[in-house]
Amino acid sequence: MAQNVISLKSKRAGSIKEIQGKTLSKQLYDNRFLLLLFLPCFLYYVIFKYVPMWGLLISFKDFKAFLGFSASHWVGLKHYYAFFSSPDAFVLIKNTLQLGLYSLIWGFPAPIIFALVLNEVRNMKLKKFVQTVSYMPHFLSVVVVSGMLISFLSPIRGIVNTMIEAMGGEAVNFLSNASYFRTIYVASDIWQQLGWGAIIYLAALSGIDPQLYEAAEIDGANKYKQLINITLPSIAPTIIIMLLLRTGSVLDVGFEKVMLLYNPAIYDTADVISTYVYRQGIVSGNMSYAAAIGLFNSVINLCLLVSSNLISKRLTETSLW
Amino acid sequence: MKNKKISIYSVLMGIFITFIVIITLYPIIYMLSVSLSQDIYVMKSQVTLFPKGFNIKMYKLVLSDKRIFTAYGNTIIYVLTGTALSLAITITGAFALSKKRMIFSKFFSIMIIITMFFGGGMIPTFLTVRSLGILDSIWAVILPGAVSTWNLILMRSFFDEFPTEIEESGRLDGLNEIGILWYLVLPVSTAVLATIGLFYAVAQWNSFFAPFIYLKSSSKFPLQLILRELLSAGSSNGDANSISGDSIVVEESLKYATVIVSIAPIIAVYPFLQKYFVKGVMIGAVKG
Repeated sequence: MAQNVISLKSKRAGSIKEIQGKTLSKQLYDNRFLLLLFLPCFLYYVIFKYVPMWGLLISFKDFKAFLGFSASHWVGLKHYYAFFSSPDAFVLIKNTLQLGLYSLIWGFPAPIIFALVLNEVRNMKLKKFVQTVSYMPHFLSVVVVSGMLISFLSPIRGIVNTMIEAMGGEAVNFLSNASYFRTIYVASDIWQQLGWGAIIYLAALSGIDPQLYEAAEIDGANKYKQLINITLPSIAPTIIIMLLLRTGSVLDVGFEKVMLLYNPAIYDTADVISTYVYRQGIVSGNMSYAAAIGLFNSVINLCLLVSSNLISKRLTETSLW
Repeated sequence: MKNKKISIYSVLMGIFITFIVIITLYPIIYMLSVSLSQDIYVMKSQVTLFPKGFNIKMYKLVLSDKRIFTAYGNTIIYVLTGTALSLAITITGAFALSKKRMIFSKFFSIMIIITMFFGGGMIPTFLTVRSLGILDSIWAVILPGAVSTWNLILMRSFFDEFPTEIEESGRLDGLNEIGILWYLVLPVSTAVLATIGLFYAVAQWNSFFAPFIYLKSSSKFPLQLILRELLSAGSSNGDANSISGDSIVVEESLKYATVIVSIAPIIAVYPFLQKYFVKGVMIGAVKG
């Protein structure tokens, strides 16, 4: 018996030595089927993720389409200077940050609250029905949601204004008024993601040991105390991870929805970095300038993610990596 | 005393839940009702909950419109081709990544994770697509977003669970990794394939950014681009009238009918696939 173990051990040691001794070409050959399976995925990431990252270099060049990428001249930080010295820069950064922050502040807690309430529903059929209904908006496209908003908020026969008028108010042209844009954007976001966002929290909630609640009830803890002392601490790690993921994309304000909802009349609050990049780059053809602004945006996002992850690691020992 | 407290609590919860259900469903019901009502009532803003003067004229109009018909066909082609391609790349890639013994496995993983946090962005990606010479073609619509890193990781963590004993027995029977994936792994992975396939299909059905940026000729436009032209037209009803021909059509009815036609397939299907995607989101959250 003991001998068996020893011989097994020495066999294993031998095989490790063998692996280390293998030449690269032998290893490649041994892995040929796996590598072949991975090839399409590898090509995808190289062509559509890493080539564009390399392409960010045009933000330090004066890209001319007829010269191509490599023949265009290097201009250093020219486009960055141009952006930061233009009056647009401040407004764009401010708008993007505000829209992102409002989405985070209002949009982040909403699914948690919804999950907490839904978790209290004891009638399983009702719970199931409410959940199914709440997922629905997630499946609507951004075009449909924006179109609904434009139509419902329209001053001519829009349902919202019809209601306002029925109650004796005056019709409001919501989407031509800069001060309403953020509210419309954030509220419709919450409407769309409430149920979907709650899935994760509902899963975390269902993992809590019911005995904890039974014990708490015997000790005379009311619902509120149970919430503070059992429920929230139990789902805290989930909340923190979701918060970290969200923080990293604060500046990643949804290009599509802004693009579909805004108009020049409300650029004051609605124009964000990504829409500006689109207009400068794709519409006007200032590729280098637009790429510079895009890179600035990505770098800030990365910094936000890394720093929030660091803070979380210090405070709660929960981190993404 | 205690009973009273609990009942107030459940009443508040009931109100909250009812509010959520109404606010979620009402916009859809409203659009459905308007699209099924007679013009005159829509014009006077008298439709609030149920259709008035029930008729399906708008749907006949929408379904017989050439532009919408072509766009619907395009969307179906993009969804079918895109989902098949995305699934193929994701399955093979995820399976290879789940084999930690693969050479460079660690390097490949890191290479993929990095793209979740940093990317080239709109302009360099556009230039890449342009230099590939695929602008204004189906490939520009489906290739740039073909793989979702999130879905790839989700599928990898599913393949991680596959028992190594079965794999070993397959190897003894003379199967290579491709054979193991095809004959042993895929047949027991229908649930995860359905989940990820659904995610890809819905994303492609609803996709707006790629066709908007990369397509030029309107004969290739998917449904979402036509919808955008219709819906964002605002109060200028040029587009709406061009569809209706000679009869005067109330813009809203037509818009809403088109919306309903465009969302119907997904709304009809998602409740039945619920258990799959709920599971998918959960695996992603735990492992991601």
